[in-house]
Amino acid sequence: MNETTPRILVIEDEAPIRRFLKIVLASAGYEMLEAERGRIGVEQAATSAPDAVLLDLGLPDMDGKAVIAAIRDWSQVPILVLSVRDAESEKIAALDAGADDYVTKPFATGELLARLRVLLRKRAAGQGEPAEIEAGALRINLAARTLAVEGRDVKLTRKQFEVLALLMRHAGRLVSHRQILTTVWGPAHVEDTHYLRIAVGHLRDKLGDDAADPRFILTEPGVGYRLKA
Amino acid sequence: MATPPDTRPAPESFLEAARAEEPAPGGKGKLKIFLGASPGVGKTFSMLEEARTQKRSGLDVVVALVETHGRAETAGMLADLDILPRRRVDYKGQVLGEMDLDALLARKPDLALIDEFAHTNAPGSRHPKRWQDVMEVLDAGIDVLTTLNIQHIESLNDTVAQITGVRVQETVPDAVLTRADAIELIDLPPEDLIRRMKEGKVYLPQQVGRALENFFNKGKLTALREIALRTTAGRVDADMLAFMSANAVQGPWPAEERLLVCVNEAPVAKSLVRAGKQMAERMKIPWIVATVLTPRHESLNATARAARQDAMHLAETLGAETATLRAESDAAGEILRYARARNVTRLVVGRARWPRGLVQKAISLLREPVSEKLLDGATDFEVVVITASAKDQETRRASPLTAPPPGWSRLGGAALESCIAIALATAFAWPFWSWLPVASIAVIYLVAVQVVAFRHGLTGALLGSLIGFLAYNFFYTEPYYSFAVEQYEAVLGLVVFVVSSVVTGVLESRLKAQIESMRSAQARTETLFDFARKIASATKSDDVLWAAAAHGAKVLDARTLILTPDRSGTLEQVQGHPSIEDHLDPAALGAARWAYEKAEPAGAGTGTLPNSEWLFVPLATAGRPFGVIGVRFHDSKRATDPEMKRLLMAVEDQVAVAIERNRLADDLATARIAAESDKLRAALLNSVSHDLRTPLVSIVGAASTLAERGERLSAGDREALALTALDEARRLDSYVQNLLDMTRLGHGDLKPKRAPVDLKEIIGRVRADLARVLRHHEIDIRIARDVPMLDADPVLIGQALANVLDNAAKYAPEGSTISIAAQAREGQAIITVSDGGPGIPEGDRERVFDLFHRATRGDGAPGGTGMGLAIVRGLVEAHGGSVEAGAGPDGRGARLTLRLPLAPPAAEEAP
Repeated sequence: MNETTPRILVIEDEAPIRRFLKIVLASAGYEMLEAERGRIGVEQAATSAPDAVLLDLGLPDMDGKAVIAAIRDWSQVPILVLSVRDAESEKIAALDAGADDYVTKPFATGELLARLRVLLRKRAAGQGEPAEIEAGALRINLAARTLAVEGRDVKLTRKQFEVLALLMRHAGRLVSHRQILTTVWGPAHVEDTHYLRIAVGHLRDKLGDDAADPRFILTEPGVGYRLKA
Repeated sequence: MATPPDTRPAPESFLEAARAEEPAPGGKGKLKIFLGASPGVGKTFSMLEEARTQKRSGLDVVVALVETHGRAETAGMLADLDILPRRRVDYKGQVLGEMDLDALLARKPDLALIDEFAHTNAPGSRHPKRWQDVMEVLDAGIDVLTTLNIQHIESLNDTVAQITGVRVQETVPDAVLTRADAIELIDLPPEDLIRRMKEGKVYLPQQVGRALENFFNKGKLTALREIALRTTAGRVDADMLAFMSANAVQGPWPAEERLLVCVNEAPVAKSLVRAGKQMAERMKIPWIVATVLTPRHESLNATARAARQDAMHLAETLGAETATLRAESDAAGEILRYARARNVTRLVVGRARWPRGLVQKAISLLREPVSEKLLDGATDFEVVVITASAKDQETRRASPLTAPPPGWSRLGGAALESCIAIALATAFAWPFWSWLPVASIAVIYLVAVQVVAFRHGLTGALLGSLIGFLAYNFFYTEPYYSFAVEQYEAVLGLVVFVVSSVVTGVLESRLKAQIESMRSAQARTETLFDFARKIASATKSDDVLWAAAAHGAKVLDARTLILTPDRSGTLEQVQGHPSIEDHLDPAALGAARWAYEKAEPAGAGTGTLPNSEWLFVPLATAGRPFGVIGVRFHDSKRATDPEMKRLLMAVEDQVAVAIERNRLADDLATARIAAESDKLRAALLNSVSHDLRTPLVSIVGAASTLAERGERLSAGDREALALTALDEARRLDSYVQNLLDMTRLGHGDLKPKRAPVDLKEIIGRVRADLARVLRHHEIDIRIARDVPMLDADPVLIGQALANVLDNAAKYAPEGSTISIAAQAREGQAIITVSDGGPGIPEGDRERVFDLFHRATRGDGAPGGTGMGLAIVRGLVEAHGGSVEAGAGPDGRGARLTLRLPLAPPAAEEAP
């Protein structure tokens, strides 16, 4: 983490939520910028260059996805979306528009701060990809294309390796089906979720992971996967 | 056509009509007829004069249709009247101008002028006759003025034709005239009329034009004038009677006497009906036209049947009450029985002229005509016998020539069988002839004749007798092997043989006819019974309609259609047999609408839109029809068969009753559902007020304490309060979630986004979500390795599983184990969740899935919403799965079993 205090832009129309987020964010050592309308939020994002954006999808003046698109026009600032439960299609649409992750309302502050931390870390890591990535008991070497689980070498197929590498590069962050399929199988296969399902199934077997009680790969039903941070 | 009660010219019916008119200011319009003895007397002119008077008095008068026939004075009268444009009808390349009935009804004036009451409309019009149009206009509450010549009155048709030698085809039923509120006789002395004609002021219809000299001579015109005057006078008489009756004047009312006209298929039938009408008119008593169906009727050919139908139809048109009676053999007896029952005082019967042929003479000797029998039995009646005219006989004799009898092949068959039977009898008798008396051999021949008679009826009997006679003569009378006869006794024997064989043959044939008739009557009863049974067993309205269409088609031997109105009131085909019609022509659609709106039959065989191929009958029990049933007979003549009409009515009745019954049952069910949903609403209100408030009490309490007195509390107390608020907030959240799910399920807009999903992934996710709820329990998961992917919406099934686990955690004691197991069987995933709780009493195992049902009630009940398991069932069933509750593995605890569909196996290799 940087020495400078990270600045978080909160775009949310409900005053009580903004009030409580201010306390939470301050307690975690962040500075909060506020916007109660989408349009103001987009302006703020441009003028005050925040380190991350916390965006409520249900804004009165603008569709949340339009806000994401407007920001993504010129900025790669991490965007964390606040969304209600059961709105899977909305979540997917937000991710497709360029959001990085989401938190389901109502959320516990611990969960929110964890997601935020992951997003800020990614930003801090920035460019220059390391040859090796480590996440918990997993360690992969991107150049040698090798995987070690708790120090034990595990052989993966090319696709399995690529899926795992993608998840590890974004450890703790949600990676959507579309994102994985586009990166690993190519844009022509975005709809072929069964490729992904089968690959993840095999991957879990090789990692010794149990989907019903996962240690490594978490499922976000209907949306994507997340590597446990 | 207008039917009872005002069709019978009886005093009491005028009273009824008078009563019916009084309280209906917006009811039916009044009809005034300008009656003339012949064309040219000035009916149209008088009508127009009256119209102008009415218009001056402020009425809205419209000329719906008036023929000026190019006469300037008539045209001048039209000048300042409102004239309705005519409807152009293209008929065989000719453009005809007909009255625009719909436009008139839409215009709805006070008074409409409609010329030439007896006019026949162009084919394809709604009604074949203009007087039917007029009836509709009157029904719409519009007053009508119209014109009519006496030769167009149905019952005078014969009389006028006799006087003038010209018969007009366009006639108006007498019953319609009784509808008229006023009849004005337009009288012109014959001399004036002849002068007018010579001046070219009289337009003559074509058929009259041909017989001009015949028509317009003074003698004939005087006769016609007399008839017209008499008709109007009779009418005045009736008006006076109505007035007397309406004003309770004691008068010489005749007792309820009736006139009965008996008709059969003889050509004289129609003349009988007309004569009956006139007699009844003169006597001012109601009249009935009856026909008797005997077994013989079954074996009649189509021409004969049609003659009977025509006569009955004419009777209806003339306003008679009609009755179809049934008798096994004694038609006369049946007629007398019926006549006595109906207080008939006078019988009208017909008698054919003496048949010419020898054979017919022989038959008529054997079969006494019904008229003769009636004369014998009707000692307490006045009987009028009308003999058929020579012309009627001609048509009778001519009819087989125009339509060759279908029986030539049957005749051949009978002849062949006769020959065989006689040959066998001859062969059988051969060994005995030398030592048996010749008379005994005749008996053997008699047996053969009887066999043929039984198989072929009268024809067989006669043929058998003839061939038997020849064979007997040839083989067994001297001289043998010759047709000559020598001995006197042999001649006598032959005569006895012929007579006895004809008599027994005729008896046999009659027996056979009776058996056949009984058989067909039985078959009819059986089909109707069968139909009633099938209809009664249908429990849904759709099934009833289907059964009605299918079995109705079978019973009536026709195509059937059922139409019911949709929400906007447009009739739609809902069922059809063999199928719904792709294209229903406008005439049929019009007939269907008419039948539905006016609640009377329309289409083929009726007075409304008869050129439609379909006959539509309204489906109604009491009150408004709720649809119509249409039939299209394979044989179009059957539409007018009274027998078929009765069958159709019986079918319609059954269908209407069945539908009504189902409708009542549906109404009951709806009422029950409404009562249940009321109960549910009450439970929901109770649940919302209780379950929503309870967590709020804790949250508000804890938060306010922290806000107001936080500093005075110990760190431990503060944490405890904060955790309480958090737990209760989560409970509230799950409650709101349940409410949302329930609402979505209730609205039916829950559409699972199904995809192949791994059950293990769902369970993993649910466990993570419920980590807090499940923290005091062990979770044991056993999923068979061969369980394929589910075909399900992961989010919804996750929600269902979460509710099941939440429920288990609520009831199972802390520290106990909750087991989740899954296996694949018969294309389904069977997922069981068992807990070590108190279990669900057997009687409650189905009810736990009811909304707001809780296994334990009262204060000891674990906090729950009463919605969880109802939601589980809703979610699982939305996937085509099922859920049930049972006892745990060793009869302890509860076990919920979810059955969910599996995804079809996919290629296991990812590229």
